[in-house]
Amino acid sequence: MVTMVTAMHMSDGLVNAPTSLVFGAVAVVGLVLCLVRARADLDERTAPMAGLVTAFVFAVQMINFPILPGASGHLLGGALVAILVGPWVGTVCIAIVLLVQALLFADGGLTALGTNITNMALIGVFTGYGVALLLRRFARRSRGGLVATAFVAAFVNTVVASLGFVLEYAIGGSGGASLGTVFVLMVGLHALIGIGEGVITAATVGAVAAVRPDLVYLLRGTATPLVRKSAPSTPTTGGAA
Amino acid sequence: MGAGHAHPLHLHRDSPVHRLPPQVKIVAAFLGVVCVVATPREAFAVFAGYLVLLLGVWVAARIPVGWILRRSVIELPFVVLAVLLPLTGPDPRIEWLGLSLSEPGLLGAWNILVKGTLGVLTSLTLAATTPMRDLLVGLQRLHAPALVTTIATLMLRYVDVIAGEARRMRLARIARGHDPRFLWQAGATARGIGALFVRSYERGERVHLAMLSRGWTGAMPVLTENRTTRRDWAAGLAPVAVAAALAATGWMIA
Repeated sequence: MVTMVTAMHMSDGLVNAPTSLVFGAVAVVGLVLCLVRARADLDERTAPMAGLVTAFVFAVQMINFPILPGASGHLLGGALVAILVGPWVGTVCIAIVLLVQALLFADGGLTALGTNITNMALIGVFTGYGVALLLRRFARRSRGGLVATAFVAAFVNTVVASLGFVLEYAIGGSGGASLGTVFVLMVGLHALIGIGEGVITAATVGAVAAVRPDLVYLLRGTATPLVRKSAPSTPTTGGAA
Repeated sequence: MGAGHAHPLHLHRDSPVHRLPPQVKIVAAFLGVVCVVATPREAFAVFAGYLVLLLGVWVAARIPVGWILRRSVIELPFVVLAVLLPLTGPDPRIEWLGLSLSEPGLLGAWNILVKGTLGVLTSLTLAATTPMRDLLVGLQRLHAPALVTTIATLMLRYVDVIAGEARRMRLARIARGHDPRFLWQAGATARGIGALFVRSYERGERVHLAMLSRGWTGAMPVLTENRTTRRDWAAGLAPVAVAAALAATGWMIA
């Protein structure tokens, strides 16, 4: 079985050393900001909750989806975590997944860690969340709206994250290909990947919203209070929790 | 189900490289790759020098060369990109076996291939000689934000549990005749992932309560007070000095 490769994980040597270091600094600054805001989202529960969500993202990236007979791919999860746990915690989770992959699994180069975190964690998650925010009106109206929002967010997230790669290549690429070729190749490839990412993200968000809509970050503050249809015959005393 | 916290790329051995403090190895690996990336791509001989340097580290770490090479196939996706460059690159072109190849494209492909390969080999060496727990301790000693190392620690503690849960869900689906072949048949798998998220989130809440009841103060306790000696740093940074010299040579001859 062929696993569809995602060209998003950059290796060492794709961009030159100064560019790698600049984007390393961008990644550190962005990550620190996200850590501060994530703490505000999750208060003292931050470490265990973010730890478990990160483990979830890691496990999800191992699950293969069918695309066509003989070809399968896996979820990147940027838009998924943005919609489910919000952009701050989501960015931290994706960044830590990338860090662990680089240190423990030799997946993505050590000097490319900065560009990888910038593309997939910072640009990816925030683009996905931005799109979801723009469409929040529809997402809150119905299940169908939420599913469609998740699809669009995941699709745009994947394509825009690949534009991050094109930008870094334009600044400090190792040369050998014209920028136009790289642009067409990356955007074309990731538009295809984005469709798969969108379908799976949409179905997953729909499934979570069906059982625990209170966990979906995008829907926070929308829960309509339960309306009591008929008054209870006898007043209850004390909570029967 | 949650057993075995050794990561798949770790090679359990006892060697001077294995015994080095993890933070020394992380810094050395990172600086080494920076040297490789900073080397001009036309300095062909220098890249052979880096390979000899890595071979020396493998001998010192008692890692069989075949073991490393088998695991370096991780790199294959980048090779695909590198193969495309000579075919699509700009002029001037050269004829080779009836193919018209772009010269800058070939150089670019060589650049990505050789630096990517050396990077993967370096990362594999780091992973092979350092257990998971030590890598996190190393990050902590390098003053990574405490929240990052704590989240990463908890994530690595539970990733086997969550992955095991995902595996059992998959088995259950297959046992019930699930055999998806096309993207539009992915519904059941996606619903499984949704359930996996809810379970992970709720497990996080339970883990937090369990941690509180065991006296969680918000920071991981420091269990080892190992001090890093100057000798450790000297030993770890010696290969980096060689790499820096190689990079400097590359700049002079290119």
